[in-house]
Amino acid sequence: MGAVGNSSSLQTKQREPSKDIAWWYYQYQRDKIEDELEMTMVCHRPEGLEQLEAQTNFTKRELQVLYRGFKNECPSGVVNEETFKQIYAQFFPHGDASTYAHYLFNAFDTTQTGSVKFEDFVTALSILLRGTVHEKLRWTFNLYDINKDGYINKEEMMDIVKAIYDMMGKYTYPVLKEDTPRQHVDVFFQKMDKNKDGIVTLDEFLESCQEDDNIMRSLQLFQNVM
Amino acid sequence: MAAGVAAWLPFARAAAIGWMPVANCPMPLAPADKSKRQDELIVLNVSGRRFQTWRTTLERYPDTLLGSTEKEFFFNEDTKEYFFDRDPEVFRCVLNFYRTGKLHYPRYECISAYDDELAFYGILPEIIGDCCYEEYKDRKRENAERLMDDNDSENNQESMPSLSFRQTMWRAFENPHTSTLALVFYYVTGFFIAVSVITNVVETVPCGTVPGSKELPCGERYSVAFFCLDTACVMIFTVEYLLRLFAAPSRYRFIRSVMSIIDVVAIMPYYIGLVMTNNEDVSGAFVTLRVFRVFRIFKFSRHSQGLRILGYTLKSCASELGFLLFSLTMAIIIFATVMFYAEKGSSASKFTSIPASFWYTIVTMTTLGYGDMVPKTIAGKIFGSICSLSGVLVIALPVPVIVSNFSRIYHQNQRADKRRAQKKARLARIRVAKTGSSNAYLHSKRNGLLNEALELTGTPEEEHMGKTASLIESQHHHLLHCLEKTTGLSYLVDDPLLSVRTSTIKNHEFIDEQMFEQNCMESSMQNYPSTRSPSLSSHAGLTTTCCSRRSKKTTHLPNSNLPATRLRSMQELSTIHIQGSEQPSLTTSRSSLNLKADDGLRPNCKTSQITTAIISIPAPPALTPEGETRPPPASPGPNTNIPSIASNVVKVSAL
Repeated sequence: MGAVGNSSSLQTKQREPSKDIAWWYYQYQRDKIEDELEMTMVCHRPEGLEQLEAQTNFTKRELQVLYRGFKNECPSGVVNEETFKQIYAQFFPHGDASTYAHYLFNAFDTTQTGSVKFEDFVTALSILLRGTVHEKLRWTFNLYDINKDGYINKEEMMDIVKAIYDMMGKYTYPVLKEDTPRQHVDVFFQKMDKNKDGIVTLDEFLESCQEDDNIMRSLQLFQNVM
Repeated sequence: MAAGVAAWLPFARAAAIGWMPVANCPMPLAPADKSKRQDELIVLNVSGRRFQTWRTTLERYPDTLLGSTEKEFFFNEDTKEYFFDRDPEVFRCVLNFYRTGKLHYPRYECISAYDDELAFYGILPEIIGDCCYEEYKDRKRENAERLMDDNDSENNQESMPSLSFRQTMWRAFENPHTSTLALVFYYVTGFFIAVSVITNVVETVPCGTVPGSKELPCGERYSVAFFCLDTACVMIFTVEYLLRLFAAPSRYRFIRSVMSIIDVVAIMPYYIGLVMTNNEDVSGAFVTLRVFRVFRIFKFSRHSQGLRILGYTLKSCASELGFLLFSLTMAIIIFATVMFYAEKGSSASKFTSIPASFWYTIVTMTTLGYGDMVPKTIAGKIFGSICSLSGVLVIALPVPVIVSNFSRIYHQNQRADKRRAQKKARLARIRVAKTGSSNAYLHSKRNGLLNEALELTGTPEEEHMGKTASLIESQHHHLLHCLEKTTGLSYLVDDPLLSVRTSTIKNHEFIDEQMFEQNCMESSMQNYPSTRSPSLSSHAGLTTTCCSRRSKKTTHLPNSNLPATRLRSMQELSTIHIQGSEQPSLTTSRSSLNLKADDGLRPNCKTSQITTAIISIPAPPALTPEGETRPPPASPGPNTNIPSIASNVVKVSAL
């Protein structure tokens, strides 16, 4: 139903065979306008409530609340990257959350279509809030792996850490030094990279995280968010 | 934080899981959702019209009537609904504000009624969305002006509270309607200006003949009378000018103003004439000077608002006028040249030179057509007719443009000022909202820590400061706190309130001092950003009297250099202090000094742990003697211009 929802409220076009050039031109213009309208009026309706309830770990009630909030902010039913960034930036008034929001968006948009539908949104939230530790860590690994090649290298980690520091903004105490992100990344790699080959694979990541109590504890932090 | 976005808070918090593996420090605890209420529909009955909405929708704005417990006062037990005896039309807008986060102002609504309703529901009008804000402000201004006019006519009889004589005089000069004396003065000067102008005019009229000589102008026939009149007028003008000069709030500015220059120019010829009557040589120049007497007519502009507006608009239209002049000049030169060469051949032609042809061109282009110079050749006539036709266009086109420019520029000026004021207001609103949210965060952090500390140390003195934030607020703050912990930095916001809230728990004060110094040491060679204050709004949200007062002092300093130097001087203080004592409890801080840069992140976490650890111990024995042995650094730093530091620091050591 999701795919069909694309052509939501458009009428079927009636094409009369006619040789009149003026009429033809008029039709062409109308089609062009309708195409443009179609682009802007894309209205995506999510799958049914029961299906989503089966697919995710949320109850019906929670899905309702989630959808209401989602629809309020994105009446068209999909979030594009701009809106995503704007929404996320609202929570961090002092810093620049756009880079991190970009990575988040790519992590949410599993099909890499450039827009996040409600199903993607809810699936990701289900993993993050109600998933097992293994799933959460795997999702986080996917987030860090910017080019989705299955490995995290230092550059990707630098980008992520830099993005996180950007969210704090300029006015911090103590002031952010130039090499603090780099040091942070070095610490991270020291911990995670078991075989010291400069990249972190999924298994290394899972293993290292499960050894660290802090991380394990903080993963459980957001259990009661809904 | 906007209302609609509050619904996305779960998503933002979930996304925070992405920071967890990166963070080196443990995260703070999440706020517990104490009351796990299911979302319910509530019915709002406004004068019979029933509105329904979710309870959580209303709770998005806890500081309004509908979002707080204040609405319980309006709860009707029998019908189980909230009844408000107010206007349902405006309530629609108010409820939409809760739903969408945007407050709209409907055009058909009366401004004062709308304001009343907003005040009732506890909503600030500044939140009105940008789409409706301009309209709202316009209407409000009109209303205010109308009320002000009414009030002015009422308050005319009231005397202003204790204005000095000089100020009353100035006020009388500027607004003649304030008192009868001012009005009399106003009319008298106006009368004399008119008399003076008419005298100048009548002076030149031929007044009949004296037998035996040619016809004389009146000025020479009745020279004594005219001279007396002139003297009287000039005396009045001089007195008026001197009085204005005396009463002016800023004499220098008054002298430079246009009106005073006109005054001076109006009366100068007379005095110069007095001085120079004897000398025959310069009498010619003296006669010319008399021309300047006509400038007295410009004194009327004080009496006429319209003249002033005209002058102002001419000034602002200067570019358009300049363009008109330029295009005219171009056309004149072109046509004059053409006419000259066309008429060169004809005999007894008046077009003797190109400048001489200018006169013909101007007269023709402005369609005056005096006829004192006419072309005789055919070519001349052809070009003459082209000249007159183009003259119509060249003159007629810019004039309506200028006229419309008058009104456009006039209104634009007004609108530009309006927009500038609104933009400033809008930016201020955005800034307030931003700092409000981060201030709220720091506020609640401080309160949170304070409450924890109170619970642990058991001092019941301070009651819970500030109001308990809503669940959404506390969750948002927890999110920001997690970010701080992940990065090891903390938000820095100028908070004047920081200095007000003083902690009564001495240990905490001391800890902050220690941590602050340590942080100073670590960041010793840094340039501070040009924020107004590197104030202590860090992990230990419990700011102290000393630190906060220091930070308060830095706030008021204009430059950023001074805070840096101030910190360096405080560093030296702390150096003295730390070197002076050998307490073991300081090993952590001193070892942190010796730590290599890459472990720089650790101390931040450690200190926070230290803070919490020590808070739980009522009186750490190692630290208190330290406080007493701290030497009062009387004249510490190299900066001599901050004696206040010494006094502040002495206060600390007095602990």
